[in-house]
Amino acid sequence: MQGPVYFDIAHMLAGGLVLVSMMMLYQDRLYALLNVFALHSLLLTLSVAWQAFIQGAPHLYVTAAIALIFKVVVIPVALHHMIRKLGIHREIETVVGIGATMLAGIGLVALSIVVMLRVTPEADPLTREDLAFALSVLLLGLLIMVTRRNAVSQVVGFMSLENGLVLAAAGAKGMPLVVEISVAFSILIAFIVIGVFLFRIRERFDTVDVRALDDVRGRRRK
Amino acid sequence: MSAPSLFAFDAVAAVLAIPVVAAALLALMPGYKATARINVAASLLTFAAALSLFVTERPAPGQYLLVDDLNIVFIVLNTFVGFTTSLFSASYIAHELETGRLTPANLRFYHAMYQVMMFGMNLAFVSNNIGLMWVAVELATLTTVLMVGIYRTHEALEAAWKYFILGSVGIAFALFGTILIYLAAQPVIGEGYDAMVWTLLVERVAAFDPALLNVAFIFLLLGYGTKVGLAPLHAWLPDAHAEGPTPISAVLSGLLLNVALYAVLRFKILLAANPEAISPGPLMMTMGLTSLVFAAFMLYRRRDIKRMFAYSSIEHMGIIVFAFGLGGPLANFAGLLHMVMHSLTKSAIFFAVGHIAQIKGTQRLSAIRGLTETHPALGWGLVIGVAAIAGLPPMGVFMSEFLLVSSTFARQPLLAVPLVFGLLVAFGALLLRLTGVAFGQPRGSRQPADASYLPMYSHLLLVLIAGIYLPPPLVAWFQHIANLLR
Repeated sequence: MQGPVYFDIAHMLAGGLVLVSMMMLYQDRLYALLNVFALHSLLLTLSVAWQAFIQGAPHLYVTAAIALIFKVVVIPVALHHMIRKLGIHREIETVVGIGATMLAGIGLVALSIVVMLRVTPEADPLTREDLAFALSVLLLGLLIMVTRRNAVSQVVGFMSLENGLVLAAAGAKGMPLVVEISVAFSILIAFIVIGVFLFRIRERFDTVDVRALDDVRGRRRK
Repeated sequence: MSAPSLFAFDAVAAVLAIPVVAAALLALMPGYKATARINVAASLLTFAAALSLFVTERPAPGQYLLVDDLNIVFIVLNTFVGFTTSLFSASYIAHELETGRLTPANLRFYHAMYQVMMFGMNLAFVSNNIGLMWVAVELATLTTVLMVGIYRTHEALEAAWKYFILGSVGIAFALFGTILIYLAAQPVIGEGYDAMVWTLLVERVAAFDPALLNVAFIFLLLGYGTKVGLAPLHAWLPDAHAEGPTPISAVLSGLLLNVALYAVLRFKILLAANPEAISPGPLMMTMGLTSLVFAAFMLYRRRDIKRMFAYSSIEHMGIIVFAFGLGGPLANFAGLLHMVMHSLTKSAIFFAVGHIAQIKGTQRLSAIRGLTETHPALGWGLVIGVAAIAGLPPMGVFMSEFLLVSSTFARQPLLAVPLVFGLLVAFGALLLRLTGVAFGQPRGSRQPADASYLPMYSHLLLVLIAGIYLPPPLVAWFQHIANLLR
């Protein structure tokens, strides 16, 4: 099933993901960041569901459903709850200023588009653009992770990065294991991030600011 | 479709099933003595199953699983070191429990995770599907993240967090590379599982789009390279080694780095089979040499004994990646041999270091002195281990380094300069530290060691034997693989 409208809608949804990734870069409050992340995941859900429809691949609906339930609802709600409980709904400290981060983000998007479009001249245009957008989302997620000091926002960065991967996997026509991979990622996020780290960090430091961890290192200088 | 190779009884199934069953059992059982024994028994059984891979008939490569000459070496090495480490771990953990650093609940978790990790690593080795391999490598990595953080101290949490963050970047890049490989294969092989089956990919890779393969390889090299601990991406490695329990340091250095290296090698073979794609060699050589020289200098400034040997692991992974990057029968042979020797020696060193740190109650190098006098068995074990890892004859590491250096001189004389330079710098650093730790006026606690020497000395003996005499069948086997790797 291929037609200009199908293509345009897929294009719009994937482009929307990149845009929302850029929006995440300048969020300076945790709640706002979580809301934007929920929007990001919602767009991913739509995008994957649309891919499922145009590719006629029913298993992708499962991936979309996982994204919807887990990343649009469960994780943001749980993190909201956690932030309230920990009392850390303050501003997020960033390592680099917002302006510089945005510029870096624009550079990364340009880079990924140049790289991906150049190496896939023969691929199906839908796949090509999907990949270019997916790589942008991935790199922007990475940028969020490195420019934030707060553990929760690093986790959000990781999850948005993972959204980019799911987008790429869904865009690759007929790729097997997409569902398995998204399940594996969800379990990973649920277990590692929420279960283990945040509670342990809380237990030891009374803060989820990763800088507290760095300070320890600074004192010990090995 | 996976049924024939997965469910009919064969060695491969055993190698995978034993750790899973053991993990489930260990998660349910209380009491550390029994669980430690079960851990050892399960590891021994897995090792036996791995050995039986040599004699049993190999299953035909399926959609998911594959046994070939290359991965048998990795599996046997993996399960052997897994077994000896479980022996070491049993005595190490008893002490940790006494001193209260670990609780029985932690321990149950630890043992179950140990087996899950073994499962993940074995699965990565036998998987014929690049997606499955990715999942398995990630599984093994994540279990180690959890184990690194098990002490819940500030430093352990910092190390685990850093490992998790950098590891997830690696995860992301490797998966993106895997997706790109699939996309390159899809027009040639067709949609679905077949386009992710490694044996099919290798057969038809010549027809793939080279540009896409190039980009894919760069992502894969960065992704899996993070886990190998290659220089710009190594930051997690020293912390994870220093702050986790020592058996995990031994397994990390000896085994997990090999798993990631194995993944890189598989993709290297893939790329080498496409004449128009970039040759992966120069990239790997650059990263290898950078890691080697960087880590060699970093060795001088270490004050923590486990951290120092972690940097030494970066150095050796650099050497190995350089060797495989250089390619050709001799360098590949040297790389394989070096990998085996490094796994054995480095885990032996960590066995010694684990007991030493427990006795002294610290990992600070300055607090450890004169070990050969107070604890001769441990001290001399460490001396032999460090002499081996520094590349002194007659140990096996010397032989592999010698082969590599001579091969480099013959083919790329200019590259031999930084290689030899890095080796010498590291050599100096290790000997400098060793003299302080092993000799001189004893410092710190002198209480007798309640150690298990068998794992350490069996590894060192193997390394010594390999340095003096390599059995011809083994040489033939390695030569065969070296040709396979191109």
